[in-house]
This record gives sequence, structure tokens and C-alpha cells, in this order.
Amino acid sequence: MMDLPTLWAFILAFAVFAYVVLDGFDLGIGILFPTLQRGPERDQAMNSVAPIWDGNETWLVMGGGGLLAAFPLAYAIIMPAVYAPIIAMLLALIFRGVAFEFRWRDPGHQWFWDLSFASGSILAAFAQGVTLGALLQGIVVEGRQYGGGWWDWLSPFSLLTGVSVVIGYALLGSTWLIMKTEGALQEHAFRYARITGAGTLAAIAAVSLATPFLEEAYYERWFAWPHVLFTAQVPLLVVIIAGAFVLSLHRRNERLPFLLALALFAMSMAGLGISIFPDIVPGAVRIHDAAAPESSLIFMLIGAGFLIPIIIAYTSYSYWIFRGKVGHEGYH
Amino acid sequence: MLDGIDALLLARVQFAFTVSFHFIFPAFTIGLASYLAVLEGLWLWTGRTVFLDLFRYWVKIFALTFAMGVVSGIVLSYQFGTNWSAFSDRAGPIVGPLMAYEVLTAFFLEAGFLGIMLFGMNRVGKGLHFTATLMVAVGTLLSSFWVLAANSWMHTPVGYSISEAGQFVPEDWWQIVFNPSFPYRLVHTVLGAYLTTALVVGAVGAWHLLRESTNERARVMFSMAMGMLIVAAPIQVFVGDLHGLNTQEHQPVKVLALEGHFESHPNGAPLYLFGIPDQEAGTLRYALGIPKLGSLILHHSFDAPIEGLDTVPREEWPPVAIVFWSFRVMVGLGLLMLALGGLALFARWRGRLYDWRNLHRFAVAMGPAGFIAVLAGWVTTEVGRQPFTVYGMLRTAESVSPLDAPAVASSLIAFIVVYFAVFSVGTWYIFRLMAHLPVTPEPGLEPGDAPIRTAGITPAPAIDPDRAIGATKKGW
Repeated sequence: MMDLPTLWAFILAFAVFAYVVLDGFDLGIGILFPTLQRGPERDQAMNSVAPIWDGNETWLVMGGGGLLAAFPLAYAIIMPAVYAPIIAMLLALIFRGVAFEFRWRDPGHQWFWDLSFASGSILAAFAQGVTLGALLQGIVVEGRQYGGGWWDWLSPFSLLTGVSVVIGYALLGSTWLIMKTEGALQEHAFRYARITGAGTLAAIAAVSLATPFLEEAYYERWFAWPHVLFTAQVPLLVVIIAGAFVLSLHRRNERLPFLLALALFAMSMAGLGISIFPDIVPGAVRIHDAAAPESSLIFMLIGAGFLIPIIIAYTSYSYWIFRGKVGHEGYH
Repeated sequence: MLDGIDALLLARVQFAFTVSFHFIFPAFTIGLASYLAVLEGLWLWTGRTVFLDLFRYWVKIFALTFAMGVVSGIVLSYQFGTNWSAFSDRAGPIVGPLMAYEVLTAFFLEAGFLGIMLFGMNRVGKGLHFTATLMVAVGTLLSSFWVLAANSWMHTPVGYSISEAGQFVPEDWWQIVFNPSFPYRLVHTVLGAYLTTALVVGAVGAWHLLRESTNERARVMFSMAMGMLIVAAPIQVFVGDLHGLNTQEHQPVKVLALEGHFESHPNGAPLYLFGIPDQEAGTLRYALGIPKLGSLILHHSFDAPIEGLDTVPREEWPPVAIVFWSFRVMVGLGLLMLALGGLALFARWRGRLYDWRNLHRFAVAMGPAGFIAVLAGWVTTEVGRQPFTVYGMLRTAESVSPLDAPAVASSLIAFIVVYFAVFSVGTWYIFRLMAHLPVTPEPGLEPGDAPIRTAGITPAPAIDPDRAIGATKKGW
């Protein structure tokens, strides 16, 4: 039987995963934007996410708000530790978010808002990756607060994770475009899915190889016998998914590449879970020690248990309303 | 030590800046979402084109404002941690779940149905589209419910105990949510948002009436806005008074500050209209007051004694001048709103609502009044809570993150530059949409054909009246 703090850790992990894959593909479209032709190509790419990006980004607020609510101590320690990347991400998301509306309002300056959309998406993705790297490499904690400096987050490892997330999101974006577009744009998306797919696999390999050597505990959690029999399934599955992904592109499947890209992200998430669990601030604070009082966790659990299924239902409905290729009418 | 103070001040400035900037957008979208629901409902009910035209006119402005509200709001959900980590650690168990409920009940609801509301008219039936608009409107109201519950609890904290680690531990959630100042703050704030929207809609209607007094759409929006004003403004004055009495009961120091009562008045206090608060000297200079009226308003008796700030330790005084002036700005604008509503009612009675040009000029001038009043009210209540974040329990100085001043300073500069640049441009785009005379049929946001385009500004061929929903279905 899972206790409340662990249950909440899983709920938050779900929210983070939902955010990463959902906003991942629309940030990915922003990352790919500079490679798309001005005019119909960019319009179509943007239209494919215009009705849903706001809902996708809400999972980010859920992740942040949920962490504050369920693990206030972890939230209080982590946020000042990754101050610069978080602020950069927030500002980048502003540039990217307003571009959805502004670029249609001002055709004369559309180039500027396209630039704002692309650079905002790239910077936001990079900052998220850096935040992840900074978290993994460890945070200095003093008492109940962050105890390090304001540049501690910067390291070769956090830069690696930053670039990795940019590439990974670009993969999600290109496979999303394969699914949602056709013709020249879809061809373009297929090409970029190959490039970013290879890049993502390389990034997963690099981060996976580096992580166990950051902290003794990570190494233990991955390689201690007989635990390794379980953890070894993760890289094995990654290899299988990678093979299926290559095949799906080769056979020009339209939906499968996106689903397999999601599976790659799910495996990466599982890998992260293995490295970090049962800590919440890696190497410093455990899930149990950071958890909010029981009365907070129960109060929220009632709402979350009831509301998250409803949210998933109407969000899926909204996706279904806007299903099919963009630029094609005839779905009403 | 000096560094510590600087970082604290910078963090306060930063939060005040980002929260005030953000607040402008929901102050408008809360009312506008409800207005759009009313417009669409009236269109479905009466079948009159003018309501659909108005819906489409305002939905474009809504889309822009909402996008700016979303991105500036995400900042806040992380800023509690980046800049106020000690507050997050200690008050997180109470404030956090309330904000989580805001996300779960409101943000997802708004975001989930926004796409359908903006782009879905051609993809779903009218009834479903109306449902989506209603859901967005309900979402904005639920959002105010939860965020004001959290905020009110910081003013009037109840229903908790303190743990060994210094955390606020929730004991009674019902008490926490429905804390003593919450009902008043909620009604006062939502009414403020409705008034803000009514003033903007009224100003835009009046602006177009000044240019083309026969424009039916301008007439309808002006008439609806002035109707809202005369209903909501008097209620707001009444609710504001109740809110003030509630504050008097729970945060008397805040009321002393906003009234400018440095000194005690054993035999009835005056109502100060003007004066220059001098915090150092502890006195209101050049005070101009009406004798006994202060006691009458606060205690409903001419001779009720009022104990001044001189009975309160100085380290618990809020910055009096800010609160004193922001309160006066809010009340003054509220009275002007009442005057506008009253004049419009008079004009309606005399049949001059659409051609009394001075009334229209007044309405145009009052367009931004709601925003200023809402911000002034916000400043009054938040600055009036100082020097605490959780009133009486947690000092602002104890709430801040352990950050160096340069970190906070650079992020503050970044926020100021980005907000002014991006949101000024956004406001400019909104003004351009507002300057555009509402026409019939008014183009919407739906893709006539891909891409999704705002036909109002794109060249004429992009506007395809035959594609406008209703055009084919209703046969006009």
C-alpha cells in the first residue's frame, strides 16, 4: 500500500510527464519554426497547436503549484537553486505565448513574432533542461533553505541536459507535424523527425551515461544486484522503441512516430524516477521529509482524484474536436 | 546586512510589479468572459445578428488579453518559490492546496474550452459552443474564488496550527477557505472586474458613437455597458463599505493607515479627505477633514472613539502614505463610476443615450478607470497588510528567499523590460482592434480556410461572409 507522500510524488510525476510531452510538442514546433518556410507552412504548423497550447501549458502550472502544495519544502529549496533558468523559462514562455495571438494581429511585423515564437520556444526548452540537470547534479541545502550561490546551476552536465531537451522537444514537434499535416510540410517533418530522432537517442545515451557517475546513490540505484535486473529493462526498452521508431519512419506511418516518441519520453521519465527515488531534492531531501502535512495532502487528493479524470476527459474531447489534418475543412 | 535589506526590497518590488501587471488582464477577462457568454446567449435566444457581431468583435480582444493573462500568470506560480521560498515552505501547506484547486477547477477548464470558444464555431453545434463559452466564464470565476480564498487567508488567517518546523498546518479547511475576509473580498473583487469590463465596453461603444451615432452595434454595447454600470456601481459602494467594516474588525491597523489616523480620537474621529501622511513624524500634515464623519462611517456613531496608529508599535505600521492615497484613488474613481452610471440612466430616460456627446466623452475618459481603481484597491489591501505576508503571523522580511541582491535585481530588470515591451505592444494591438468600427457581419477567429486568421486586419479577400457561421445556417 502506497502512502500519501509517495502517491503525491507519483501524481506530480504524472503532471510533469503530461507537461513535458504536451507542451513538448508545441514547444517543439517553435523550435522547428526557423526551418519552416514563411507563409502557409508556418501558419499551418502554428494552427496545428493554436487551440490546445494553453491547455498544454496549464500542466506546467499544475507541476509548480502541485509541488508547492504537496512538497512545500522541496519547492522552497529547488526554486531559488534554479533561479536563473526558471526566470529565463518564464520570460521565454511570455515571448512564445503571446506570439500565438500577436503574429496574426500584425502582418507587417510577423517576422518579429515568428522570431519571438522560435527563440522563446528554444530558450524555454533549454531552460527546462538546464533545470533538470541542475537538480540531478545536486543542490546545496542549509537547514530548510537553499544554501548555494546563484550560478550553481551552471555546469557542463546541465548544459548537456538543456540541449537534450531542446532536441527531444523538436522530435515531439516534428512527429506531431507528421500526424497533423500533409504534402511538403509533412515531408519536411519526416526529414526532421529522422534528424531529431537520432539526436534524441544520442542525447538519451549521453545523459544516461553521465548520470550514474554524478552521485554514488544514482549508481547504486541503477547497478546494485539484483536491482539491475529491473533497471536494465529501461535501456532495453529504449533500444526496442528506437528500432520501432526507425521502422515507422521508413514505412511512413503518420501516427506511430509520435506515439513512439512519447514512449521514448516515458522511458526517460522512468529512468529519472529510478535515479531520484526516494529523494525529491536529489541527494538532499526525501519525499517523506518534504511532504506537506497529511491534512493538506488529503484535502488535495479528494479534488485531484475527482478532477484529474474529468480534466483528461474534456481535454481529450477538445483534441478530438480539432482532430485531423490542419488546413482541411470538412470536420464539422 | 545592507545586502539583505536590498534583496528584500528588490523582491518586494518585483512581486508588486509582476502581480500588478498580471492583475490587469484577469481584471478585464473575468468580466469580458461573462459578457461574451451573455452576448452569445442573447444571440441564441433572440437570433439577433447584432449579438453575434458583438460576440465576434469582443472575442478577438478577449483572445489577446487572455493570452497575456496566461503568460503573466504562469510567472506568479513560480515566483512564490523563486523569490519567497521561506513563505512557500511555511505557508505552502495552506496556500499551495488552494492554488492547486485553482489549477484543477479553473485553469484547466478555461484552457480546455478556450480553443473551442475561439476557433470551434464551425466544428461544434451552437449549443456546444455556447457551453464552451460558459465554461470559460465559469472558469474565470472559479479562479477568482480560489485565488482570493488563498489571498484572504493571508489577511485573516484561521483554521491552522503551527508545526515544530514552523509550518502552518491546516486543521479546518472549511474555516480556511471561508475565512472572515473572504466573502467580502471575493464579491468586491469580482464586482470590480465586472465594472472594469463595463467601463471598457462602454468607452469603446461611446468612442464609436462619437464617430457614427447610428451604428447599431456601438449602440447596443454602450447601452449594455451603461446598464451594467448603474446596477453594479451602487452595489459595489455598498459592498466596499461592508468590506471596510470587515477590515476594521480584523485588520484595524490597515484601516487606521488608509484613513490617515495617526493620532487617537477619544471623542469621535474626523473623516480626512486630504492630507500628506508623514510616517516619520507620525502625523497627517495639511489635514483636511470633516469632523466626526470618520467615526460615523466606521462605527455608525458620531462620538465613537478611535484609537490611532500611536497605540500601535511602529514596527507594525504599514507604509501609510501609499495606503492613504491608493484608497482615495479607488474611492474617487468609484464615485465617478457611479456618476457616469447615473448620467447614463438620466440620458436613457430623456431618450438621449445615443446622441449626448458629452456623456460619450465622459465614458471614453472613464475607459481605463476600472483598471486604475482595481489596482489601487489591490495596493490598498496588500500594502495595508504589511509588514506581514500572513497577517500578524509571518513577517515579509522572514518570507523572502536566501538570494543575493544582484540575482533579484537582474531578474527585476528583465521582468520590467520584457513586460513593458511585450505587453505594451499587446495593448497597442488591443487598441487597434477597439478602434475598428464593429461591422456586420463581424469576422470571427475561425479559420474560414486555414490558416486561422483574424480577418479584421488581413486584406479584404480574407473575409468571406458566406463562411461566417450563421450566415449559411440562419440564412442571412
